[in-house]
Amino acid sequence: MSQARPARPARRRRTDLTPYWFLLPFFAFFAIFWIYPIAYSFVLSFLNTRSRPWTLEWGFNWGRLVRDEFFWNALGNTMTILVVQVPIMLAFATLLAVAFGSDLLRFKGFFRFAFFAPLVLGAVPYSAVFRLIFNDQFGILNYALTSIGLPSVPWLFENVPAMVTIMIAMTWRWTGYNAVILLSGLQSIPLTLYEAAKIDGAGPLQQFFGITLPLLRPVLLFCFVLSTIGTLQLFTEPWLITTTGPGNATETLVTYLYKTGFRSFNFGYASAIAYTVAIIAAAFSLIQIRLVGGREVQR
Amino acid sequence: MRRDRLVRSVLLHALMVPLAILFLLPIAWMLISATLPNNEILAAPPTLLPGMHLAENWRDLNSDLNFLRAVANSVGISVIFTTFATLVAAMSGYAFAKFRFAGRGVLFTVVIAALTIPFEVRAIPQYLLVARELSLANTWWAIILPWLAYPLGVFFMRQNMLSVPTDLLEAARIDGAGEARIFFRIVLPIMRPALAAVAIVLFLFQWNDYFWPLLILSQKDAYTIPVALGTLVGLTRVSWGGIMVGTAIATLPFLILFLWLQRYFIAGITAGAVKD
Repeated sequence: MSQARPARPARRRRTDLTPYWFLLPFFAFFAIFWIYPIAYSFVLSFLNTRSRPWTLEWGFNWGRLVRDEFFWNALGNTMTILVVQVPIMLAFATLLAVAFGSDLLRFKGFFRFAFFAPLVLGAVPYSAVFRLIFNDQFGILNYALTSIGLPSVPWLFENVPAMVTIMIAMTWRWTGYNAVILLSGLQSIPLTLYEAAKIDGAGPLQQFFGITLPLLRPVLLFCFVLSTIGTLQLFTEPWLITTTGPGNATETLVTYLYKTGFRSFNFGYASAIAYTVAIIAAAFSLIQIRLVGGREVQR
Repeated sequence: MRRDRLVRSVLLHALMVPLAILFLLPIAWMLISATLPNNEILAAPPTLLPGMHLAENWRDLNSDLNFLRAVANSVGISVIFTTFATLVAAMSGYAFAKFRFAGRGVLFTVVIAALTIPFEVRAIPQYLLVARELSLANTWWAIILPWLAYPLGVFFMRQNMLSVPTDLLEAARIDGAGEARIFFRIVLPIMRPALAAVAIVLFLFQWNDYFWPLLILSQKDAYTIPVALGTLVGLTRVSWGGIMVGTAIATLPFLILFLWLQRYFIAGITAGAVKD
């Protein structure tokens, strides 16, 4: 937010412990609830937690992971949502941000409420609403479709429609969120660039592809990584809207992790799945740092 | 030129208005069906205007569990959490922004790295720790403690604390004010807008969090609103009207607050994205 330069830190005595006291609460909780669990989860992924007592068997969980068709199904579903939904949503969010940035748009308060209100809704309430709306026989959506002459869709009872339902729900919830971030990026583009382009005779489309999109790239990449990490952690929507069905057509990595860890209580195997999620998330973050330059992320 | 602008403006609105209405429909349907009996929600054609069934739906919502208890749990947990987590974030943000000390770069990099670590990696050991070692399952503290270290809050506070004038702090030190006094009496009051933005984000996060509470809360009396609602969605004996009353209670306060405090919501959301 602040546009201030990094502070000129005051010259302090060598033995000044003040900053450490201020950091103490955060890092105390961080050690207990971040570092310890992250390290222990890593260890757990190499333990056979099926035996009593738990024993160290290096390949027990990771070996199973590679052969487990349910894991690959969950990974495949998660990646499908990621590859299809995230780009569509970000394209939509970019256009929305441009519309909001345009001085042609009136009634901005109304539009802001319409598109940004979903982002205060929790995952559970909005999943409940979408399950009601997408109800197969009696849902209001199918009623609307049939009343304009379209066939009703078995949203929750067939594989592809169930996936589409999840993607529509996520797009409704997260487009405004990304548009807010993109809009803040848009507003940092100097207006003089557009004025210069206009003088050179560039139309709105040329301005969009020549100025807006290239300068928005770092923010877009940030949104992409954020959405990717969010999608990798997808749980509530498939858990409540489609109950990971039909069959396991909308099983995701985290719904599978939940079933493994907290239905079957196989903590070792669930930890291996958790680390898979983390490794993929880290890979996407590294891509962002490589593409944008770590400096910008750090500062 | 003028006519051209007018045409483009009309086209833009022709596109945006239907889209906005489409986006508003789920919220509208949630509010309307909270007042309807089940046979009118799931009818063809459905009733599209509010009905008189709100009180019955509220009773129905409470038929399986005490929803008021869940509301009390959510309010208590979110208020206590937000108070402490905001303070913790402000303190570390202040240290990172206004002091030079050994390990600053490393520690701040750790905070940034933590932003990309999915919660799932912590879930299982944290469950074993909180439920088995600390015996805190089904308590407010089980929900509050694990998130008091909230990296995004630190990051956001640090960015904002950079704008606190160093001269002001130095002047206070020369006047003999202690470090704690400087922080509470000078720094926090100037930072009020940033604190509000962080507090909103933290409150909203805790109010809506589902995965961790689902793991650690097993008794109905300990449920937060999301866990209670999630349980009801899976049951067939509670009517949709009842569930929608619950979702309305979970969301309506924030929809109203959002209309009122949009600026802070948006500052909080863009916290991670904007770089100085």
